[in-house]
Amino acid sequence: MTKGLSAVNVTALVLGFSFLYLPILILVLYSFNDSQLVTVWGGFSTRWYVSLLHNEQLLEAAWVTIRLGLVSATLATVLGTLAAVTLTRLGRFRGRTLFSGMIYAPLVMPEVITGLSMLLLFVAINLERGFLTLTIAHVTFAMCFVAVVVQSRLVTFDRSLEEAALDLGCPPFKTFFVITLPIILPAVVSGWMLAFTLSIDDLVISQFTTGPGATTLPMRIYSSVRLGVKPEINAVCSILIAIVTTGVIIASIATKRAENERLKAERAAAAGR
Amino acid sequence: MTDAVSTKRAGSSGLGRRILIAIPYVWLLIFFLAPFVIVLKISLSDATIAQPPYTPLLDLSAGWQGVVEWWNGLDFENYTLLTEDELYWVSYLSSLRIAVISTLLMLLIGYPMAYAMARAPKSIRPALVMAVILPFWTSLLIRVYAWIGILSPEGLLNAFLLWTGIISEPLYIMNTETAVLIGIVYSYLPFMVLPLYASLEKLDESLLEAAADLGSPPWKAFWQITVPLSIPGVIAGCFLVFIPAVGEFVIPDLLGGSETLMIGKTLYNEFFLNRDWPVSSAIAVLLLLVLVVPIAVYQNVQARQLEGKA
Repeated sequence: MTKGLSAVNVTALVLGFSFLYLPILILVLYSFNDSQLVTVWGGFSTRWYVSLLHNEQLLEAAWVTIRLGLVSATLATVLGTLAAVTLTRLGRFRGRTLFSGMIYAPLVMPEVITGLSMLLLFVAINLERGFLTLTIAHVTFAMCFVAVVVQSRLVTFDRSLEEAALDLGCPPFKTFFVITLPIILPAVVSGWMLAFTLSIDDLVISQFTTGPGATTLPMRIYSSVRLGVKPEINAVCSILIAIVTTGVIIASIATKRAENERLKAERAAAAGR
Repeated sequence: MTDAVSTKRAGSSGLGRRILIAIPYVWLLIFFLAPFVIVLKISLSDATIAQPPYTPLLDLSAGWQGVVEWWNGLDFENYTLLTEDELYWVSYLSSLRIAVISTLLMLLIGYPMAYAMARAPKSIRPALVMAVILPFWTSLLIRVYAWIGILSPEGLLNAFLLWTGIISEPLYIMNTETAVLIGIVYSYLPFMVLPLYASLEKLDESLLEAAADLGSPPWKAFWQITVPLSIPGVIAGCFLVFIPAVGEFVIPDLLGGSETLMIGKTLYNEFFLNRDWPVSSAIAVLLLLVLVVPIAVYQNVQARQLEGKA
């Protein structure tokens, strides 16, 4: 088998990635379009970005979305990391199958079902719908994603470090914070980022579980998208894309660097032994 | 160290361990499992104009009498309605059809992509993986919205095709099933490519070299070695896209118009427009029943992948 890429492979990559990226690029490009009409290019302009600054409703929704994302991602990371530790480090316990089922099921569960069932719970326990219920809903589905990300890190790392600490009499809790957590930290951080992104992107579950006064950005975008394409919405979307893209790229470079440094340190340690 | 020993040691901190397990466990029991029980319950009750809009309510303060009344009020009327009214049947079937077709399309597009990624020089592979993941981080809503501007009758695709003279009349893709298929394939493609890539990348190239040395033509080696060895990736990818696609709401709502029925959209409308909570609960229960087997298979694959290494 010849190494390198054949013409067929290159074509597959070019076509595949064009399909993935062209629509997004077009959307961003047209957010700088001076014309009201979506298909007519009226020259370069940033006026839609300027008009965003005067759109109180959108700004308020953006603020709700950011707060919600920060709070729910943080809680989801704590709970998800706990869940991952439970699944990989605490051995067997009664109801473990049910537990792992509850971790994996939300990953593929249709959002309408999750949203509807949560809302019905909140109604049943008479919890007033608003920011709190939104937070609970977001934490619940995001923690499962965090759990899977952290779990995949926990199962691949060398346990002898933990065991050495335990053998030397370090209590389990301290072992976790001194040994385990620093090693899995990149996974925990990417888990947090994933949770944050899922939270600020979510529409359907939020629609079901929100209440008066807690309207998120996706909900605002959705209600105006239903009325048609508007350059102002292109501008909001472009800003969101820019934020997420920068965040993801920075995080992945940082993770990569941390990983390399760790490997280097490990190798150095091994050589010195 | 063996599992048994580590279990014993972790178990030595008895209470602490139990609390650790309990925190995420109880959270999920309350906010993930309990809601399904409630959905099941409400799907058996009757719609009414009240807040909340269903009867009967379980009135625990009335004691045993309350429980009996609640029990007597339950019935399968909503499920009978679902089997009788064509709307629901058509929604279910077209959801399944759209999900199957889009899964196959994604396999068709995703496999060559994943294959090419796995064959690319090692140095650029992480960048390619990143490029596949990146669109997934962008909101689904935004990505679907991007297609509205492209597919609508006065959209960019039509403008382009009219300009080149390929067509003389605008194509009506928007608000059809085709638009929904495009939207689903576009939105879920990364979920198909990544598992495929993961299984293709692990493929031992010496197998292919051995086949070539023994005189097997490349296409034959591909069918007899590469494809069978990538089956786990194919299965994982297909389930990962099929299950959410069946219950998809945003895509059929924004791209499908009123013509395309999908069960997620029907549920949403039943809930928000008709305010019929019992019927939407019944739809959710039936949707879950349809998906229970694929979800169980998927979980099995997931758990084996993650815990097999432990």
